[in-house]
Amino acid sequence: MKLNTVSQPAQPRQEPAERGPRQSISRRLSLSRQPLLRPLFTSRVPLFSARAITLAGFALTILAGLFGSVVGSHNFAIIFVWIAWWTLLKLVFIPLGGRSWCAVCPIPMPGEWLGQRGIFPGASPCKFGLGLAWPRRLGALPISGSWLQAGGFLMVGLFSAVTLTSPRLTGWVLLGILALAFGLSLVFEKRAFCNHLCPIGGFTGLYAPAAPVELRVDDRAICAAHTEKTCYDHCPWGVYIAAQQDNSACGLCMECLRVCPNDNVSFNLRGFGRDFVESRRRLRSDETALALVMLGCVLSFSILFLGPWGGLRTAAYAVGTLPWALYSAVYLAFAGLAVPGLYALAVRLGGPLQGFARTLNRFARPLLPLGLATWVAFTISFAFAKISYVLPVIGDPFGVGWNLFGLATVHFAPDVSLVAPLAQAAVLLIGLLWSGRVARQDADTPRRALALQGYALAITLGMVWVLMS
Amino acid sequence: VVFAPFPTLTLPTQRSYSVAAKDTTFTPAVLYANPGDTVTIRLTAKDVAHGLSIDGYPVDLHAEPGQSASVTFVASRAGVFKFRCSIACGNLHPFMTGRFEVGPNLLLLRAAALAVLAALFGAWKVFAHEA
Repeated sequence: MKLNTVSQPAQPRQEPAERGPRQSISRRLSLSRQPLLRPLFTSRVPLFSARAITLAGFALTILAGLFGSVVGSHNFAIIFVWIAWWTLLKLVFIPLGGRSWCAVCPIPMPGEWLGQRGIFPGASPCKFGLGLAWPRRLGALPISGSWLQAGGFLMVGLFSAVTLTSPRLTGWVLLGILALAFGLSLVFEKRAFCNHLCPIGGFTGLYAPAAPVELRVDDRAICAAHTEKTCYDHCPWGVYIAAQQDNSACGLCMECLRVCPNDNVSFNLRGFGRDFVESRRRLRSDETALALVMLGCVLSFSILFLGPWGGLRTAAYAVGTLPWALYSAVYLAFAGLAVPGLYALAVRLGGPLQGFARTLNRFARPLLPLGLATWVAFTISFAFAKISYVLPVIGDPFGVGWNLFGLATVHFAPDVSLVAPLAQAAVLLIGLLWSGRVARQDADTPRRALALQGYALAITLGMVWVLMS
Repeated sequence: VVFAPFPTLTLPTQRSYSVAAKDTTFTPAVLYANPGDTVTIRLTAKDVAHGLSIDGYPVDLHAEPGQSASVTFVASRAGVFKFRCSIACGNLHPFMTGRFEVGPNLLLLRAAALAVLAALFGAWKVFAHEA
């Protein structure tokens, strides 16, 4: 097996004060250079096959949502999207593979096929579509980066009780997302929907630096001497791999690895969260906002869906009524103001602010391991209790009385009542310790490090109380 | 913190709860018992048919609309257990849950204590690095 060391990456566009050397470059195992595994990376067929399967599953999900049973727990769309896929995303895809879900996500496929006039990239030298650059602002509203993703995720919470339980709405939402991604691909270049609108893309990109895999160039000097930048031209995400400092933007489609004429790109296995140690890139304002919204949302969703407060769920479900309006106001105040406000207070208590937004961004990276751990802990409760619904809906995806493969009558409900809380406690503690480590590394003063760790402790205790009380 | 014993000085007793199920909500939604207590739960379905099963306990009640069903069992396992509706009763059915606490919630106390210890460890690292 070949172990290679990744060379110094390009410095992104950052303010000089925020630049710094990578602290330690750990060794990597290049999976894409293993003879047995190499065809998986160099051929487009394996990834296409995986995407074809997810596209078929996506189509089935839309059909089941629109035409299947209206009882959510008997409908493939509800159980597979909000239980099976949502759980896999947070427990497997992101922690182990970063943005690996984005690599197999079917949503951008129809638009890309039309845009490149073929199933595989490079099928035709002519592109279909206007190919406009995504605008940075819409009037005074910033819309590039993760701003819309953060706002979108916050808005999802307003309708989550309905969306998570109504097959019809889930079907229409998925169909709408597919149509939106397709329409945007006709107007804008690269994956505009994925990069700027998809809430899941924002979610996965935010926590991808924690993953133990990466796609990186082996030798930046080779890239610097290569004037054609073939990798950038072929990247559907608009990422220049040689300038990549962390996993947040790369969708792991491996196109750069395939087209590099110098064979200078590797898919590496590494330690968890190496980006937090080796990269000095600070979060942008939109990323900080998204990280805070994600923390607010996971606390809110835990209270809403896992707590014993049925009245709260009923209010969240009654969209358009006064109880729903009250729920919405409290939710937005909590997730959009209180949780971010507490972070701003912690940063302020840690020392003077050198520009409000800039200081918040500078110390925001501890929010990432903390956020990932809280989402994993939430998912353990959310998923394990409802895993018994998964097999029956495979046997009867439309909830009309089928019994395919004999699965509709299978009752698989493992007793995890004692194991799940222990796992949640362990995950939350790991997140707290990990967040503290990043805080100590990034803080400019001991007081700031203590304040950031205090914030992480407050969030962790909040999750412990919601999940275990 | 993880393994420290937490003595309980209560004697086993009998407890009865009447739980109403309506609008995908249990009332009351939190039930308490001590280990060894004999617990009787009477479930009344106020609107549509509802069920009540407790994770970790062989309890599964079914009540037809306007009817009641009851069960008596010994709370032999300590801890915090979810109880949930076991009959599809509406769109919010998967989230129709409550909590059955047997004895003090040691997991909550231990997890909170460990989190505080982890934060203190982080503070110690800050000062150790500074020194």
